[in-house]
Amino acid sequence: MNTETTDLIVIGSGPAGMAAAAEARALGMSVCVLDEQRVIGGQIYRRIEDTPEALRMILGKDYAAGSALADEFRRSGADYRPGATVWNLSGDGVVDYVADGGSRTISATNVLIATGAMERPFPIPGWTLPGVMGAGAAQIMLKGADARPSGPVVLAGCGPLLYLLAWQYLRAGVQLAGLVDTTPFSAYVAALGKIQGAVRGRKDLIKGLGLVSQVRLARVPVYSGAKSLEILGRDMAEGIRFQHKGKSREIAAGLVLLHQGVVPNTQLSWSLRARHGWDAGQLCWTPVTDEVGRLGQTAVYVAGDSRGIVGAIASGVQGRLAALAMHERSGGKVPPGRRAVLERQLARHVSLRPFLDRLYRPLDEHRIPADDVIVCRCEEVTAGDLRSYVDLGCLGPNQAKSFGRCGMGPCQGRLCGLTVTEVIAAARKAAPEEVGYYRIRPPIKPIHLGSFS
Amino acid sequence: MTTETLFSIPASAGQKMVRIEFEGETFQVPEGISVAAALLSNGRGAFRTSIVGGAPRAPYCMMGICFECLVEIDGIPARQGCMTPVRNGMIIRRQPGAPSLKALASGGRNEH
Ligand SMILES: Cc1cc2nc3c(=O)[nH]c(=O)nc-3n(C[C@H](O)[C@H](O)[C@H](O)COP(=O)(O)OP(=O)(O)OC[C@H]3O[C@@H](n4cnc5c(N)ncnc54)[C@H](O)[C@@H]3O)c2cc1C
Ligand code: FES
Repeated sequence: MNTETTDLIVIGSGPAGMAAAAEARALGMSVCVLDEQRVIGGQIYRRIEDTPEALRMILGKDYAAGSALADEFRRSGADYRPGATVWNLSGDGVVDYVADGGSRTISATNVLIATGAMERPFPIPGWTLPGVMGAGAAQIMLKGADARPSGPVVLAGCGPLLYLLAWQYLRAGVQLAGLVDTTPFSAYVAALGKIQGAVRGRKDLIKGLGLVSQVRLARVPVYSGAKSLEILGRDMAEGIRFQHKGKSREIAAGLVLLHQGVVPNTQLSWSLRARHGWDAGQLCWTPVTDEVGRLGQTAVYVAGDSRGIVGAIASGVQGRLAALAMHERSGGKVPPGRRAVLERQLARHVSLRPFLDRLYRPLDEHRIPADDVIVCRCEEVTAGDLRSYVDLGCLGPNQAKSFGRCGMGPCQGRLCGLTVTEVIAAARKAAPEEVGYYRIRPPIKPIHLGSFS
Repeated sequence: MTTETLFSIPASAGQKMVRIEFEGETFQVPEGISVAAALLSNGRGAFRTSIVGGAPRAPYCMMGICFECLVEIDGIPARQGCMTPVRNGMIIRRQPGAPSLKALASGGRNEH
């Protein structure tokens, strides 16, 4: 059977994927966009084409702004396939995906990975209890299902998305039992060292600080500089305990929403055996690419948060720049001046990053937890287990698999990988690069047998 | 297992509803939302038990990353509830620990 072919396959229809597809279409490329969700928009613009008006008001202007990009994408004539989960990808541009219970193959001259970010794992005592979720996960409930917490809820951790959700909940009339903010005062001081960039991105900065002050004004108890977070409860979350100003405090809540930033979703780039480096500022792995996102000498490019966290607007610009590069690689011509315009936009929108990364750097103790904390949720491997493997000679995540099945559950290490790297690195007193990451093999998503029939 | 409802979805005029069944109970839920969102807003906190310790677990990420939302849907084990939209007449069951995850591993060729 002949494999279907196209000029460009884009994996992901978030801002990076939509912008790349629209730009590539404008250059005359044929484009196929695959996304495992049923709707376009990615994480930030989830459900953007069909948000009820009241919900749109709650979510705010930055969300609503996604409509323009969604329209541009729809008008571009890109061949968009919803509910298409990519489970395999090769460096020369062959993509396997499942849709409607069947597995299909499509190949292209160029492939763009635009699979975005995920919330950073937050391994603390009790984080596996029902009633504990990511703040981003709760925001998905709000955007996707209009679902709001029905009882007492606490938001805990740090980072723009945590404050954004607090602000959106206020607008939705949700009472917060508390906002437990782990940003230490010293982080503000350290972040000031990065202020150069922040001045250029000051509009974003002012917007961000505005969210927090509105939460305070709404008389939500805000505990700044909190540490040693711990979930209370046996079979269900019943609250949270933490240290604040030298005192131990508890807040009762059946729902605890944790968040300490987002990290790139690198499953596909790892599965290609592409080189990745440890980003010491963002404390995560990022694929090693050239300046427009190409992985080595392959046909595969990466744009948006899956290449390194840059935020929604910069993700879109990266997608467009990658489209220009892919078009040129296929022998096409790019309109004069277009690249320079995009490069200027990108510079403006990433200028705030070093400041944000420093300010919202998650605490060591919430990334490299105490012995009794579960790190691998699937196989229930604790940080102490990992340390005992290191004592027995375990050098990195792949060996941790054979010691205790760590990372071998259905999530394929997505939710423990960063923690495993950092716990082992700390125990070995080695750099994360030396310790490495899991070897990820396709399929990167489970495929049910029916898919092959 | 708890019956406390963690989330609720305000009724909105003109919202089309579908009927789903979870462990023999029937719920009316808005069309188009995910199975995980439907169960979380109907008081079904724990979805499954963990493989090793048999501890209760529930959705954590809602975006296909953590696999904590695994449920059996219409007879197929280990489906990601957060990535599957509800359909009228859908029959959902709790995912017990090990055996069905093994099925997932072989069916999904998910072994390392
Ligand atoms: C839960 C969550 C909520 C967020 N909410 C906000 C917010 O409200 N405001 C904000 O400024 N930032 C938010 N962010 C940050 C967000 O990462 C970026 O702002 C922006 O969405 C990144 O754009 P992107 O195009 O790189 O990726 P995304 O928008 O994440 O899009 C990636 C797309 O790829 C798809 N995908 C992933 N893997 C596969 C696969 N194997 N096969 C097929 N498709 C796949 C996903 O379904 C998704 O639609 C959020 C992040 C997360 C994790
Ligand atoms: S809730 Fe994490 S995969 Fe479904």
